[in-house]
Amino acid sequence: MAALSDALLVVAMLGYLASMICYAAVYAFGDKGVVARVAERERGRELVGAGGPPVVEFIGSPEPVAPVRGRGALAGWIAAGFLVLAAAAQIGSLIFRGVAGHRLPWGNMYEYVLAATSVAAVAWIVVMVRRPALRHLGLYVALTQVVLLGIAGLLLYVPVGPLVPALDSYWLAIHVTAVAISSGVFLIGFVPAGLFLIKSAYDKGKIAGFPFGDRLPAADVLERLSFRLHAFAFPIWTFGALIAGPIWAESAWGRYWGWDPKEVWAFISWIVYAGYLHARATPSVKKTTATWIAVLGFLTMLMNLFGVNIFFTGLHSYGGLP
Amino acid sequence: MTATDTRPAPAAAPPPRPPGWANWLVSLGRSAWRQLTSMRTALVLLFLLAVASIPGSIIPQTNVGIEKVQDYYRAHPTLAPWIAKVDGFNVFGSPWFAAIYLLLFTSLIGCVIPRLRDHFRAIRSVPPNVPARLDRLPQHASVDDHDGDVEAIAAALRKRRWRVVVRGDTVSAEKGYLKETGNLVFHLALMAVLVAVALGSWYGWHGNRILVTGADSGFCNSLQQYDESKLGPRVDEGKLPPFCVTLDQFEATFQSSGQPKQFKATVTVEGDGPTRTANFSVNDPLRLDGASIYLLGHGYAPILRYTDRFGKTQTKEGPFLSMDGMQTGSGAISFPDANVDPKTGKRDSSLQMGFDGIYMPTAPAQAPFLRSEFPAENNPGLLLTAYRGNLGLDAGIPSSVYHLDQGQIDAGRLKQVGEGKLLKPGDTWTLDDGSSVQFVGTKKYVTLSVRHDPGQRIALIAAVCALVGLMGSLFGKRRRIFFRLASPSPTSSSRLLEAGGLPRTDYPGFAEEFASTVAAVREKT
Repeated sequence: MAALSDALLVVAMLGYLASMICYAAVYAFGDKGVVARVAERERGRELVGAGGPPVVEFIGSPEPVAPVRGRGALAGWIAAGFLVLAAAAQIGSLIFRGVAGHRLPWGNMYEYVLAATSVAAVAWIVVMVRRPALRHLGLYVALTQVVLLGIAGLLLYVPVGPLVPALDSYWLAIHVTAVAISSGVFLIGFVPAGLFLIKSAYDKGKIAGFPFGDRLPAADVLERLSFRLHAFAFPIWTFGALIAGPIWAESAWGRYWGWDPKEVWAFISWIVYAGYLHARATPSVKKTTATWIAVLGFLTMLMNLFGVNIFFTGLHSYGGLP
Repeated sequence: MTATDTRPAPAAAPPPRPPGWANWLVSLGRSAWRQLTSMRTALVLLFLLAVASIPGSIIPQTNVGIEKVQDYYRAHPTLAPWIAKVDGFNVFGSPWFAAIYLLLFTSLIGCVIPRLRDHFRAIRSVPPNVPARLDRLPQHASVDDHDGDVEAIAAALRKRRWRVVVRGDTVSAEKGYLKETGNLVFHLALMAVLVAVALGSWYGWHGNRILVTGADSGFCNSLQQYDESKLGPRVDEGKLPPFCVTLDQFEATFQSSGQPKQFKATVTVEGDGPTRTANFSVNDPLRLDGASIYLLGHGYAPILRYTDRFGKTQTKEGPFLSMDGMQTGSGAISFPDANVDPKTGKRDSSLQMGFDGIYMPTAPAQAPFLRSEFPAENNPGLLLTAYRGNLGLDAGIPSSVYHLDQGQIDAGRLKQVGEGKLLKPGDTWTLDDGSSVQFVGTKKYVTLSVRHDPGQRIALIAAVCALVGLMGSLFGKRRRIFFRLASPSPTSSSRLLEAGGLPRTDYPGFAEEFASTVAAVREKT
């Protein structure tokens, strides 16, 4: 089972790579229409509600999308197919890891990265199904997945084993699951956040040379997607890291909050994301400024996952780094 | 602070007053308060709080682990005192950290109270008049064959839980008050969390200690019996709950890799109700009345029997601190009263004995004997080094019981006797002066934390309220919908009904809701 899990990880990485190549083909060779037309249409729909405060609507795709033909469209479908296949292999890898260890498969850093990226993959597929127009952003999703899975497989891998007593609690299922879900969604929120910043810089001519600038969806579409993903993940993070975590910490270590390095960085991430939500709700703060805060939030999440596990020792040292 | 920047706009300029210092101060105070309670300041304070937390994760913290702070002092002797001066080893208890969060919470109060007032008014008020031009609203629709029953429209809206008011031929409806309610609940609950933390630090207390197995090594709940303890400023030392605990047994099982599988401590508790035996473990603390006991760690305490040159025998045990996952233990056992001449009865301070050693529950088969190979006692071995001389205990300086005084050794007042020797349980080592030391065996010990925090339940309830409020604030949508019936035309009995919708907050799905609401009103007719 453990070997099957490892093999599926390789399949997942190859799948994401294949998906990336196909998406790259969409960007490079597909008739410009596939992407740019969609971007235009998204922009057009926003202008429909003009008059009064801007009202933007995009749920599913109510108006019929003109079927796009040609090599580009085909490559897009193949890319999406590879992405779904890779996600399935990734989730399979996680499941078989759990079967092999007879426990929840998020008991060390390798498994945690695998679980969080699986959540991200599922979150992305949900976005992709509900908003087919944004499908081609899968290039950037696949890229982050390949990077994170590569780090997990090459640097963090440990053979499957049983849990240490400190982790042997039903709070593992609650705390770590909630934290992994919110991390995965924050990861998927980071992709449109970063692309929004690129796109708005491109629109202002700051990075006119950026090759795919005209192929990204409209800036405010990206911004809104990013906000909705963050708004979805933030309460889950609040629950997982700042409610379930302290409850478990109380029964394991005697205090609900003790400024362990992991706790400090969870607190920092929470504050930064809270700052993002406030900044975005404040009309006087520019959307780009607010989105930079979200990007900063994701960097604090990365710091908490990699930096804290590698450089600091604390009570959360279950990473089991090889 | 979540929804929109609806801080009260600066009030209209007050009537001109005679200039003077007092007025100048008042206006300065007012503008400072306005500055402090602005969203921009709140955001800056929020970020300051995040940035100020970072050193707390980089520099070792006293309340997290004092040993690491001491290590830091040893590694950076010049830098450490400077860090201590700016409370770098106690970031989260430092005045500057407190200044940030107190300012932030003041800003929060300054923002929340006016909004609380406004929201209270909004909840009690009725939706506003229908605007003159409904077609200017983001959503607009018209129905040309309405029967003119305004009350039916109002009923259809009420059924969909809108707050409705009918004025003549118009209907105004509003919905989504929960968004601002949630927002206010969230921020008030955060203040409650702060209060709970303060309560915990005033009325809470804790003590940590090592507890060796056996009836003669139990402890009772008083400060003297703890290795390290802290009482909140409002806690009366004499009123700590009276209980006594002895460790009857400690079981630890391990995987073949040495990774721990299960821990179980069995204790006898007296003074907390009838005397009883109880088990507890990691993740499963022992709950007593007014305190909980947490299992934090475990290790071995070797027992030494020393027979001095005059034939007098003493037996002592000393918990050795675990240094790694394989339970390699490091510690020391001192015999300050060794070699007292029976004739004079005087203690010779140059003949005190001290042993330091490394205990390996599973010693390697061959030298070097430095690290244990497994955490259970499969092949116990104690690598012991003997010292004779002045232990330095009489100076009155508190010293660690886990190692001998290195100062005395460096000064030559405490001299090593022979080479280090590996002893198996039962082995006896005869020293150069004819005295001997026997490694009798080991006892197990556990490290315990005994704690009471009266704020934690409040903190939990407040945090859950904050989460519920947060979801209301993030996912709630305030919106208005208006209907107006045109004047009846003389030619037909049906009337033109105009509808308009206004989302007051970011709400992408409003068009659908508006359409379905208008459809519902239409079907009603």
